[in-house]
Amino acid sequence: MASHDRPGQPAGGGSGGLYGWLDERLGLSAILAFASEKRVPVHRREFWYALGGLTLFLFAVQIATGILLILYYRPSGAEAYESVQFIVTQVEFGWLIRNIHGWSANLLVAAAFAHMFSVWLLKAYRQPRELTWVSGAILLLLMLAFGFSGYLLPWNELALFATKVGTGIVGAVPFVGPFAMRVLRGGDDVTGATLSRFYGFHVAVLPAVTTLLVMFHVLLVQRQGMSVPLDVERRQASGEPARSRPFFPDFLLRDAVLWYVAIGVVAALSAFLPWELGKKADPFAAVPPGIRPEWYFVAMFHTLKLIPGHVAGIEGERIGIFGFGLAAVLLIAVPFLDRRASRGERSPVFSLMAWAAIVYGVVFTIVGYLAK
Amino acid sequence: MADTQNEDRRRFLDAVLTFGFVSTAVAVVYPVARYLVPPASEEPATASAVAGKSTAIAVNSGVVFKFGTKPGIVVRDPRGELHAFSAVCPHLGCTVQYRPDTSDIWCACHNAVFDVEGAIVAGPPPRPLERLTVNVRGGDVVVSRG
Repeated sequence: MASHDRPGQPAGGGSGGLYGWLDERLGLSAILAFASEKRVPVHRREFWYALGGLTLFLFAVQIATGILLILYYRPSGAEAYESVQFIVTQVEFGWLIRNIHGWSANLLVAAAFAHMFSVWLLKAYRQPRELTWVSGAILLLLMLAFGFSGYLLPWNELALFATKVGTGIVGAVPFVGPFAMRVLRGGDDVTGATLSRFYGFHVAVLPAVTTLLVMFHVLLVQRQGMSVPLDVERRQASGEPARSRPFFPDFLLRDAVLWYVAIGVVAALSAFLPWELGKKADPFAAVPPGIRPEWYFVAMFHTLKLIPGHVAGIEGERIGIFGFGLAAVLLIAVPFLDRRASRGERSPVFSLMAWAAIVYGVVFTIVGYLAK
Repeated sequence: MADTQNEDRRRFLDAVLTFGFVSTAVAVVYPVARYLVPPASEEPATASAVAGKSTAIAVNSGVVFKFGTKPGIVVRDPRGELHAFSAVCPHLGCTVQYRPDTSDIWCACHNAVFDVEGAIVAGPPPRPLERLTVNVRGGDVVVSRG
């Protein structure tokens, strides 16, 4: 460190020069002073608080690689498959960019789920952080929408039929289903028009909504500071001194270690387990055997398979869809239902619900993969 | 003594961290830079192409055709002779056209005018149109380079 450093002023800072010029116009000193004073809590379970940062990091990887893919991708039934083929065979490092996008997307969904369940089990959503949870839960659903819309874009056989099934499920929703399905598909069937639409959702609509919501989510985390587990909070209330570390550079560097691990895993998976492109989509071909959605939809997919055709005179599929809709609403509403946690009390029932959801997800995903 | 040791450690760690970050940046920037450069065009430089049927090109008319990845132009002058050129204007790359009323080749972008031999008559082009060889083979107008 240079000798002229003062708190809130970066190395090489001063009133003159380029920094001074920018500082006068942008108020950089205030931002840097804020960043250098920001501290985050230290406790035994702080690892779980790094998952949000990991999710955000992977989202940034998706934006960067997604922009690169747009440069060569052509969203039409006639050219989409060929353009992806071109990217992975002709463009230098094109295979790497596409595989990082695909693998990082999967890790992103996994990280988002892990982040959600850790927040749930630590009851970090308790008052006053309800809106952080609500925006986070919606972000998780948006991540699933990203995955679903992106899956179709290579325009291969599996993607076509997965999209037929997925949008068909939407069509089974009572009253609004058929309309919603037509809007999603851009017609009665999954065609090149669906591809254009999904491309629009994937690269314009969803990123716009997600970016706004991520900003809101992160702003809330910043405004309220990081939550600490209930027991730590209680000990601090009874006089134990709160431990903390500086956000910059200590916390950020610790987070960066996890990001490095993630990017290493993504790069290794991309190199050793590249995504296959498969056969070009043919709307008039029979469904290939073993068709399955992406892993994060398998549990839902398998549940729908298990529900009988009719239950008490109602179509089984509708019951399943109603159940998932209800589950999504309940998920968003967790902080408002868990009143005990909001009062700073233990709420084992909600912990049990989280564990039940985890067990259901894991078991049904595995069974879904094993089932013929 | 301990202070100097600590400072040495700090300097060493700073160097390791900096090296790590710089390596990461290079490992990201290099593939991205290579990715951004489009791969060389699949189509090799075309040696020859058929511009159309000889009978389809009337006297005092011109036809723009696909010569490899670029446009070419075949002109039948008022005396009935065929000429072929690259249709890429040597000024800024617009595609030229034949004007029957003035019997010349014209570029609409910046009003460049060439005669039926491809020579500059008026306008800003730095050099004449690139001449291509034209032959009639079995009724087809075959245009080739050189």
